[in-house]
Amino acid sequence: MKPAAFAYLAPTTLGEALAMLDGVQDDGKVLAGGQSLVPAMNFRLARPATLVDLNGLSELDHVSGDSDRGVVIGALVRHAAFHAPPFEGPLAELLAKVVRDIAHYPIRQRGTFGGSLAHADPASEWCLVAATLGATMHLASVAGTRTVAAADFFRGTFTTALAPNEILVRVDLPPLPAGWRTGFYEFSRRKGDFALAMALATLQIDGGAIRAVRLGVGGVSDRPRRLETVEAFLAGKPPTPATFAEAAELARGAVAVTADIHASEAYRSDLLGTVVRRALAEAAA
Amino acid sequence: MSGIGVPARRLEDGPLLRGEGRFAADCNAPGQLHMRVVRSPVAFGRLLGVDAGEASTLPGVVAVWTAADVADLPPIDFRMTRIEGLAPFRQRVLAADYVRYVGDPVAVVFATDAYVAEDAADLVFCDIDELDPVLDPLADPSPFMPETQPGLLSEPAVVRKGYGDIDAAFAAAHRVVELTVRVGRHSGVPMETRGALAVHDAARDILTMHGAAKVPHYNRDAIARMLGRDRERVQLSEGHVGGGFGIRGELYPEDVLVCLAALRLRTPVKWVEDRREHLLAANHSRDQTHRLRAAVDARGFILGLDAEFFTDQGAYVRTHGGTVTDLAAGLLPGPYVIPAYRVAGHVRLTNKTPAGTYRAPGRYETTFARERLVDRIGAELGLDPIEVRRVNLIPEDAMPFHRGLDTLGTHVVHDSGRYHDLLDRTLAHVGFDDERKRAAERRSAGEAVGVGLGWFVEKSGLGPKDLVRISLAGDGRLEIVTGVASIGQGVETALAQICAETLHLPIETMRVVHGQTDRIAYGMGAFASRVTVMTGSAVQIASAGLLATARAAAATMLQAAPDALGFDGGVFASPAGASVSLQAVAAHFEASGKVLAAEGEFAADHMNYPYGIHIARVRVDRETGGVAVERFIVAYDIGRAVNPLLVEGQIAGACAQGIGGALFEEFVYDEGGQPLAASFVDYLMPTCHEVPDVETFLREDAPSPLNPLGVKGAGEGGITAVGAAIAAAIDDALGRPGLVSRLPVSPARLHALISGR
Ligand SMILES: Cc1cc2nc3c(=O)[nH]c(=O)nc-3n(C[C@H](O)[C@H](O)[C@H](O)COP(=O)(O)OP(=O)(O)OC[C@H]3O[C@@H](n4cnc5c(N)ncnc54)[C@H](O)[C@@H]3O)c2cc1C
Repeated sequence: MKPAAFAYLAPTTLGEALAMLDGVQDDGKVLAGGQSLVPAMNFRLARPATLVDLNGLSELDHVSGDSDRGVVIGALVRHAAFHAPPFEGPLAELLAKVVRDIAHYPIRQRGTFGGSLAHADPASEWCLVAATLGATMHLASVAGTRTVAAADFFRGTFTTALAPNEILVRVDLPPLPAGWRTGFYEFSRRKGDFALAMALATLQIDGGAIRAVRLGVGGVSDRPRRLETVEAFLAGKPPTPATFAEAAELARGAVAVTADIHASEAYRSDLLGTVVRRALAEAAA
Repeated sequence: MSGIGVPARRLEDGPLLRGEGRFAADCNAPGQLHMRVVRSPVAFGRLLGVDAGEASTLPGVVAVWTAADVADLPPIDFRMTRIEGLAPFRQRVLAADYVRYVGDPVAVVFATDAYVAEDAADLVFCDIDELDPVLDPLADPSPFMPETQPGLLSEPAVVRKGYGDIDAAFAAAHRVVELTVRVGRHSGVPMETRGALAVHDAARDILTMHGAAKVPHYNRDAIARMLGRDRERVQLSEGHVGGGFGIRGELYPEDVLVCLAALRLRTPVKWVEDRREHLLAANHSRDQTHRLRAAVDARGFILGLDAEFFTDQGAYVRTHGGTVTDLAAGLLPGPYVIPAYRVAGHVRLTNKTPAGTYRAPGRYETTFARERLVDRIGAELGLDPIEVRRVNLIPEDAMPFHRGLDTLGTHVVHDSGRYHDLLDRTLAHVGFDDERKRAAERRSAGEAVGVGLGWFVEKSGLGPKDLVRISLAGDGRLEIVTGVASIGQGVETALAQICAETLHLPIETMRVVHGQTDRIAYGMGAFASRVTVMTGSAVQIASAGLLATARAAAATMLQAAPDALGFDGGVFASPAGASVSLQAVAAHFEASGKVLAAEGEFAADHMNYPYGIHIARVRVDRETGGVAVERFIVAYDIGRAVNPLLVEGQIAGACAQGIGGALFEEFVYDEGGQPLAASFVDYLMPTCHEVPDVETFLREDAPSPLNPLGVKGAGEGGITAVGAAIAAAIDDALGRPGLVSRLPVSPARLHALISGR
């Protein structure tokens, strides 16, 4: 478990980093928190010839905005930045709720928001947040910056729209102002493990009916998924256990789940229904 | 003064807390080479050749060896339980002819740097003609190495034991209760992986291996034998050891290779196992399937037990020989009378990592099987499982209780025990009726909460003997030289306390030497919860010897009869009021060119049998199959606790491991024999989130009559019945007696049981 040899570059500005990454092209990789990349290198599952370390780019380490206007999260912001809600309102509370299920305390001190999205683990909580809320990713290269919607960003397991010479520099999360309720439920083997299934729900309830809803699931297939068909079903329905049970069944039907050593397809599909129901119930509570 | 019974803080903690520990990886020698093992990527196949051409040319690579280079070495022999028929299944240090598991060493690379060694190992190509692996230990035995050893089948031995008239028992049965249960494949996973540094001092012709653990003297002899050296020319040295649990410290191929390389390459050679290797290469354990049939009367009394079980031994039979199977066969009856018993324990080989002992070997498995059986007897007869236990427990007046069979070469004789008494006390201490009542209330409110209990008998203090030498210097420093090993269990503190009990000296002035083969002629090492019993007794004997010698000298100094001297607080006092301290006596010895010292040897031909009860309360999530352990209590009669703090630590740690085996840890393989839990991503150790604060209920009601201290071992009783208690609690939570028959109870498995799919 020693990595293969690699060159290490430590830029101090984004421009420098982009130029370096462009220079090394395909076999270069960006190093952020290193909580996924370094183990992969130690197992020799990843063998980048060059690492471009982003940790000197303090310009990428900022959170701004709030629940009403939406929030801008720099790629290098650590998971731990959300241990306490960094601003007011439902969006911040949601981020602070979700972060508790990401790995363990020391890992959250190093691991980054941008690194999680770029890594695109199907069971990443931040990826689920981005997909469900409809985040916008800012991808920079020597050629300039482009924006990609979450729906187009996640392409499959560990696969995104990022080109080899691009760096994810910031993520915009849309507003989630007062009045929105949130629910998140994750099931994993142990605390801190990647989810076997998880669901995120945001609801607006008015006059005994669901007025607006966002629902997403993660850890169940090759990428985090927003479930628009289930959202459409929920809109206008009363937020009752019966409604949520039906929504869970629809969700199960909408996702082709994957199997691994901890969960068969049948089991994971059942889990998917359970987490959807629980996330919706928590949001409605 | 910290004598016996004091919850003293550990003497050994200072360097560990300050980060000054010296573990295997901390050992270095100038000019050392790094060894990297090339391991088989497939589970079973004919090894046609190994091409190291490209690897050898990598700058920094000094040598690459394959089986041909070590053909003169014998296979690694058994340290224990040498059952007839096992010998042909021993492992060679490098695979020849066949590879038999993913991880089987096929070559070793030596390089100037650990990174280069790993680069080179990646370039070694193994030409293997793959065969279908055997993964089911219950399948009919099949060829071990089909072409080169045509007659050998994958069932090296069947251990048979028994006593009483089993046929009569079944003929007289009110009912026959049957059960098949399985304990999954898991093992001890010490925080420190294995590692070794071998240094040959050519000037003195002494080969030293650092990184020894558990059984340094035995391994010194074995390495010397394998390398054809005098054992005086081999030394093993133990530093700090980050956990043993039965698996660490056994003799493995890598230890021998490091030593051989230091001799042949004429430079120190170091090897440090990485975690992935550890999960592939160090001993696996457990993995038994039991088929039990009990003949019972109407009260649930077991008239006879007919058992058959299968141990999945993995690819080869390693140093433990038939130990696990033998212990399982010998100790399955546990705390119950069971007048007639018959067992057949099949040792089966498969294409998985070889297996050995792991904390409470054979007892974790059989306790799960037996206690599940007792729960089922209760369910089938409509009796409270606690009452069924009461009916079956060995009564106090039957102690010492001769089981009528042997294990590990000694007769099983329960030396002392008050089983019914412990049951009553524990139920009262825990508030068992209340626990049951509250669980029932929570169930009525919709939760799935249950309590379960498992009874167990442990064994400890395996002989044959131990030697200790104690000396006291004139400046008051006391040295206790032992042949024992410290695997992190607090040996130094416990032995010092036993010495302090007799000599009245502060334990902080004592230095306990362990794990150094050049300091003492022999030592059996640290396993089988034997240290405090065996070495502790030897310390007691040596301390008494030293005190007697000192007393005689003090009598002369004080001009009084030895018997007339009082001894208190480390000071001898004569009736006339004159006094001299033990230290002054030691100084007196030194002044006349002598040393105040004594040896103590303790021998035992029987083990002793601590026992206890585990009680678990769990909460099941009916929809996800998740299980949370809310409360866990270990009641344990240890005979006498030398240091209750250490005992509690042992119990809590063991219990955490038991929870791992019950709910999380499992070496899973795919159909091709590829290990799927080969890193901590998938091999799930329990963390502080999954383990509640373990409550201990420590009793000293039945001291052992077999040693001068009355002590029994502490190392294993915290793990033995964890699987049994948790399984019973899950059954109770779901209101479905007998539901759990397999460990670990993963959420996927439990969900399948609950949903019937
Ligand atoms: C024991 C353990 C448990 C974990 N459990 C969880 C969990 O439950 N949930 C979870 O979500 N995560 C979990 N993780 C992963 C952790 O959250 C990582 O921090 C995260 O996945 C990656 O972030 P990082 O900053 O460490 O990225 P790195 O490891 O540095 O990089 C990961 C990948 O992303 C690329 N990359 C990183 N930043 C950028 C960027 N700005 N632009 C372009 N590419 C980039 C890298 O090149 C690399 O390919 C766990 C990790 C460990 C070790």
